[in-house]
Formats: sequence, structure tokens, C-alpha cells
Amino acid sequence: MAKLIKDGTIGMDTFPSVASFAAAVGKMEGDGPLGHCFDYITEDATLGESSWEKSESKLQQYAFSNALSKGGFSEKDIDVLFAGDLLNQCVSSSYGAKDSNVPFLGLFGACSTMAESLALASLFVDSGMAVNAAAVTSSHFCSAERQFRFPVNYGGQRTPSAQWTATAAGCAVVSVHDKAPYVKAVTIGKIKDMGVTDANNMGAAMATAAYDSISRHLANTKQSIDNFDLILTGDLGQVGSDILVELFRKDRVDISKKHNDCGLMLYDMEKQDVHAGGSGCGCSASVLCGYVLQEVQQSKLRNVLFAATGALMSPTIVQQGESIPGISHVVHISADS
Amino acid sequence: MKMTNTEFDKLAKEKSPNTKLYLTLPKAFVIGGLICCLGQALYNLYSYLGLTELNARAAVSITLVLFSAILTGLKLYDKIAKHAGAGTLVPITGFANSVVAPALEFKTEGFILGTAAKMFIIAGPVIVYGVAASVVYGIILFIVKAMQ
Repeated sequence: MAKLIKDGTIGMDTFPSVASFAAAVGKMEGDGPLGHCFDYITEDATLGESSWEKSESKLQQYAFSNALSKGGFSEKDIDVLFAGDLLNQCVSSSYGAKDSNVPFLGLFGACSTMAESLALASLFVDSGMAVNAAAVTSSHFCSAERQFRFPVNYGGQRTPSAQWTATAAGCAVVSVHDKAPYVKAVTIGKIKDMGVTDANNMGAAMATAAYDSISRHLANTKQSIDNFDLILTGDLGQVGSDILVELFRKDRVDISKKHNDCGLMLYDMEKQDVHAGGSGCGCSASVLCGYVLQEVQQSKLRNVLFAATGALMSPTIVQQGESIPGISHVVHISADS
Repeated sequence: MKMTNTEFDKLAKEKSPNTKLYLTLPKAFVIGGLICCLGQALYNLYSYLGLTELNARAAVSITLVLFSAILTGLKLYDKIAKHAGAGTLVPITGFANSVVAPALEFKTEGFILGTAAKMFIIAGPVIVYGVAASVVYGIILFIVKAMQ
């Protein structure tokens, strides 16, 4: 059974397996450098639906059903589903899962939800509360824009530090210990607020949360960055990643060679016009479930520290002048049992 | 690592890229200028067709608003505006886009609570404070004229 190590870090006892994983993405994400890794790429951003919210639900369904079929699971095999997205009341998740008849727990952790759901799914399996637990998250550029910013066809200019919400979904099914990738430990994030009020600079709002959770995980598990092949944050983008490297540098730790960010991996930063990089629950979900887990499965990466980051931003609260808190949950994914 | 909010703010500012003014300013100038040239060309055309000065001016505004609405509906306006910035925001075309974009976007919530209610979410403040400012200036003008 999973056990608390200290201060939010929980060590797995049985090292549950990520038995199956899949990612479904939009056209722009499919055109990006990881395009060949995804299970489903839609040319049509609406996915044939009448609203963007429904389109996002459908994308999430695709990720879920692809993950089930790839692992040879049926819906009956899933003991609990952890699902989350960016929209109010997590509608993409609840409407996406309403026909599946699977025990459902909805989550909101902004863009950190993939790590949050994967951590909970792993803890459930390791503690014997589930044999198979699924974690799914999604985001859609158009549904996020209309809720958080402006109508899609409004002719506004984005600031260079702004990030692009990915149209993407990812799903991972965690099962009892079998084959790699394994989940070894998780660290639950703390809310960190450094007073950033600019909703167009969420990378900065999340960087300290990532720094706190990663350094806490390393200290609590008595590891250093040398134990990992990849420190994967998502989605700090360019601005947040630069800040994170700088924060570690102040501790005399150079993470720049080990660190990468889902928001910088999903798109071609030179050719695709995404400013500071990708964001949204689906960004880290698709990079993890489309690319990184596969690399670990094939032992091309042996130890990955996945630290999805979320800016817990509400347009209402930001308009009231409050700053944006960030959070980051950490999951240690390994090829070694 | 201990850091105060002020120190962090300094670091965040240092790492955040600035707008490339050497690119955005000329693009806004050229595209905004072209819209103005189009307005002038339309004015000349309408005058040539026999409209009075006042009517020709109104017809120019109506035509530009129509162009902007059509381009917004065709999902082209935002692609131009991405480059033009204030060049497409400041002329009357920007105002039309800011009304048409939410009207189309929120169509999914129905014609009353969607299209009609959300139509002015961007342009609303401009109308409110524009009207309020015109009242204030009207009063000032009234007082100045009364004193003369």
C-alpha cells in the first residue's frame, strides 16, 4: 500500500503499471513535432459537434476509448475514472464520460490535471482500491478562448508571453504491477502565489509551484536530478521554463540539460505561431500519453519526473485584481521495477 | 531558495519577452493606413456617384463595417488583425469585428442569451464610456459657449 514519505510525497509500494495510454489531438498539434506519436488527429476542430464544449468532450472520449482498446480493456474493467479539464464545472469531462457507465471522479487542477489524475489513479491501484484506474484530461483551444479570453474570431493581438491552449486530450490506464512504465512515487503540489497578476503570463505564475514540487520530491525521496533522464514540466512554456531553470540555478542546481516542457514540445516553436508555447490540460496530457510514456515503455527514457503545472486562474478573480496561484503535482514514471 | 514577490516580479519581467515594436508598429501603420485609404477611395466613389458629403461619409462607414463583419464571419479578420494590431483595432472595422465576433461565438447559447446578450461584451464599455464622455464634453461646450 502507498505510504507517505513526508511533506506531500507518497511512495508506491507495488509500483503500479501504466498499462495503456492514448492521445487525441487537433490539426495544429498533429502538425507539430510529435504529430507521429498521436493515436488520433482530427482535421476538423468541431469534430462534427454543434458546440466547442461538445467537441472537447468528444476529443476526451476518443482519448479514453483509444486507451481502453489499445490495452484490451472494456469500460467494465475500469474501476474508477479520474477526469478533468479547464471548463467551468468540468463539463468536458462529465459530458464526455456520461455514456461510459464508469465510476467517475471529476478533478480541477487547471493544466496540472494530468499529473493530478495520474497520481490519484496510481494511488488507488497501489492501495488496492482499484485494479484498473483511468486518468483522462482534455483542453480545446476554442472552448478555452471563449471562457477565459475573447471570442475566437475577435481580432486581438496576443502578448509574446501568452501561451496557446492545446486542442488535445490524453488518457492513461493504471493497472496493478505488470510491465513498464511504472509509477514509483508522487508528490502532491502546494499552492504557490508569487503575486503574478498578468493572465497572459501564466508560465511565470506556475514556475515557483513547479520549483517547489520538484525540489520537494527530490529532497523527500533523497534523489537528485542525476537520477532522472527527463524532468518534464507542463506547461510552463518558454517564459516559465526560463524562470524555473533560473530558480534552480539559485540553488546551484543546473536542470537545463535534463529539463523539457510539454508546452515547448507539442508545437514547432519556430514555425507554429504559439508565442511562449502550448498550455491547457490537454497539452501535458497528450505529450505524456502520446510520446513520453511510449519512450519509457521502450526504455528510451528510464526515469521521468513528470511535473504538470497549473495556473489556477479564474477570469472573475483576476478582474477583481487578485494574483494567480499556481500548482504542480509530480509523478515519478520509471522503466525500472 | 527564498524569494520575495518583488524579487520574483523582477525575474519574471527579465525572462518575459517584450513585443517586437520594430515589427508591430510598421505593420499596424501600413495596414491601418490601407484601411484609411480604402475609406478615402470609397468616399471619392460615393461623392462621384452623387452623394452629398454627409451621406458619402455615412456610406463609407457602413461599407467598412459591412466588410469587417463579412471578414469576421469568414474567419479572416482575426488573421489580418493578428498582424495589424491597432491598425485594425482603431478604425471602425475593429469596432464592427468586436460586435460580430461575440455575436457569432455565443450563437450556441441561443439568439437571446447568446447572440444578443453577449454581442456587446467587448464593445459595450466603448459605447458606455463613449456616450458618457460625449455628455461631459457637451456640458463643457455648453458652459464655455454660455460664458462667451
